[in-house]
Amino acid sequence: MWIKRLKHLWHLFLELSGEDAYERYLKHHVEYHANVVDARPALTRKEFYMLMQEKKWQGVNRCC
Amino acid sequence: MQKNLKFVLWSIVVLIALAALSTIALNRGESINALWLITAAVCIYAIAYRFYAAWIAAKVLVIDETRATPAERLDNGRDYMPTNKWIVFGHHFAAIAGPGPLVGPTLAAQFGYLPGTLWILIGAVIGGAVQDMVTLFFSTRRNGRSLGQMARDEIGVIGGTAALIGTFLIMIILIAVLGLVVVNAMKHSPWATSTVAATIPIAMLIGLYMRNIRPGRVLEASAIGVVLLLLSVFAGGWIDHNETLRVYFDHDGLPLAYAIIVYGFAAAVLPVWLLLAPRDYLSTYMKLGTVILLAVAIVILRPTIHMPAVTQFIDGTGPIFGGKLFPFVFITIACGAISGFHALIASGTTPKLLANERDIRMIGYGAMLLESFVAIMAIIAATVLEPGVFFAINSPAGVVGKEAIDAVAKINSWGYAVTVEQMNQLAKDMGESSLFARTGGAPSLAVGMASIFGSAFGKHLLALWYHFAIMFEAIFILTTLDAGTRVGRFMLQDMLGNFNKKLGETSYMPSVIFTSAIVVAGWGYFLYIGVIDPNGGVNILWPLFGIANQMLAAIALCVATSILVKSGKLKYAWVTALPLAWLVTITTTAAYQKIFSDDIRVGFFAAANDLSTKLTAGALPADKASVAPQLIFNQHLDAYLTMFFVVALWVVILDMLYVCYASLRGASILPSSESPYIKTAL
Repeated sequence: MWIKRLKHLWHLFLELSGEDAYERYLKHHVEYHANVVDARPALTRKEFYMLMQEKKWQGVNRCC
Repeated sequence: MQKNLKFVLWSIVVLIALAALSTIALNRGESINALWLITAAVCIYAIAYRFYAAWIAAKVLVIDETRATPAERLDNGRDYMPTNKWIVFGHHFAAIAGPGPLVGPTLAAQFGYLPGTLWILIGAVIGGAVQDMVTLFFSTRRNGRSLGQMARDEIGVIGGTAALIGTFLIMIILIAVLGLVVVNAMKHSPWATSTVAATIPIAMLIGLYMRNIRPGRVLEASAIGVVLLLLSVFAGGWIDHNETLRVYFDHDGLPLAYAIIVYGFAAAVLPVWLLLAPRDYLSTYMKLGTVILLAVAIVILRPTIHMPAVTQFIDGTGPIFGGKLFPFVFITIACGAISGFHALIASGTTPKLLANERDIRMIGYGAMLLESFVAIMAIIAATVLEPGVFFAINSPAGVVGKEAIDAVAKINSWGYAVTVEQMNQLAKDMGESSLFARTGGAPSLAVGMASIFGSAFGKHLLALWYHFAIMFEAIFILTTLDAGTRVGRFMLQDMLGNFNKKLGETSYMPSVIFTSAIVVAGWGYFLYIGVIDPNGGVNILWPLFGIANQMLAAIALCVATSILVKSGKLKYAWVTALPLAWLVTITTTAAYQKIFSDDIRVGFFAAANDLSTKLTAGALPADKASVAPQLIFNQHLDAYLTMFFVVALWVVILDMLYVCYASLRGASILPSSESPYIKTAL
């Protein structure tokens, strides 16, 4: 029970920090593009990371 | 049975809140324990969250758990994505909580601990948290549209344009004042300057690591970065003790200001992965870690508050900034009580991540309560200092005199005990050459934090704690500076794109350089003036920022009120109209006084006239006479800027009132832009 709780917290922390963002992207990519015939291949870890950074800093996301 | 138990439990919470509040408010003459402030805050937040926020969610907004959110309907795995509520809460809190709630309460402590504390608690519960929550809700119902777009859709083009220009100007003033805070913390402090300077290569190193060495491994990279930052605090101490090295980092305000301006330009033009993104990871962990550490230290240590509940400076003669308690305590403390800037976040990334509307209360209302709690801790850190020490650190040389002996005499004449020896010893303990006239709030907050940390975790490390606190403040002030300059650049490119397509392209390098230069020149100008101003600059810039920020909050509340009225919820419109009325009252009063007051420490024109009279009479010493023309010009500019803010605000309000009136009469108005109902499948 305890271990399960801690594991859950650890996963939340991984998601919050963005550590497992690429894994979640891959999962999403497989789910949504599995049936598409000539779907684009998934981005590499580096490409994905760079794209996310660009996107993140386009708008207001840090405040006073 | 369970209902009765809950009733008893909440009654106890109410009683504790009342006891704590009356202790804080009615205590006179004796010093009180900081734990009373913490207790009052926690109980009030709990009651407000459980009852007021829940009531707003259920009755006013009528949150619908069965309704699909934009994250679900428009899920694209990138910006629209249903996300666990704790994750959204974390991102939202990291976005809204910046240096504002640390600086404002520190400055406002000149009125005593009571006014600031009450405004932080009441303002957050009735104003700030409500604003954040309703804005988040309305944006969620409109596919995550921004505040500016909602203002245009619901009120009209004028409201939308005012919101857009207002946001841009706030950004400029905010960055200038934050830059000034950092400059004042680094002035003639080789330790602080070298530590802050070291954060730049550290961030770049981490950026390279996350891009090239181990792409996307943010946790391990951040861990390395945090260790390097802590080492840089030690290294700064070593540089400070090294006679040959320390001179390279010992500078006046002006060269430091130029350095920050150059840095700001570089940060806006460089790719985000190199500087901004890694700096943000580091500052987020630093911020969370330090805030938690401070809370733990306050609870362990239970420090005594030495500042009186209310000081004589409520009459407007305060040394840190001029102006009476009303309206200036409400202007000085914006972030932590109510901050319009949050409306931009609540209508930005956050609504696109919400998995279910029921999370809106926790994220919108809850995150603001947490930020308010940070502000309470800042006020504790400022007021645990001896008042004499607090005023010695925060009073500008232009008010108390340049010489230590004059400053001490002046502060003693106000009835606050402090001696030159005491200040010298304190500076020595903190590893600084002097702590007199270190305006801007950062040094005094750092001294407060160092004494709290020092008492809780070991006194012999005071100098390290002090510079750790300075580094912690500097790192996320610089993050806000980088991010703000960038956002300012995007906004400007967006506006210019209407006239010239090429200028609107965010990847077109000449446009990037041109617009970045304009934004940096904008805040660089105010920073420059702030540094050459013998009164410290913060006394002018911070109120201007406060007025601008409260104006943005008022625009957000105008949008919310008009949506409530248009959707037939007139009887609940007071939920947003009440804080709106208060904000309009304080911003209009403050703006009026800043423009028309005869008091040269309040009125911009009065100060300009006074200075030019003295200049023509030859009554100014040479160093002041040389900068006087620039200061006079700046006072005029500030007056017109304030005028612009208040006029823009009233235009939006009248526009909103007209829309409400027309809606109630059944006349034709802009239709609601709410997206249609779709049932959730999650």
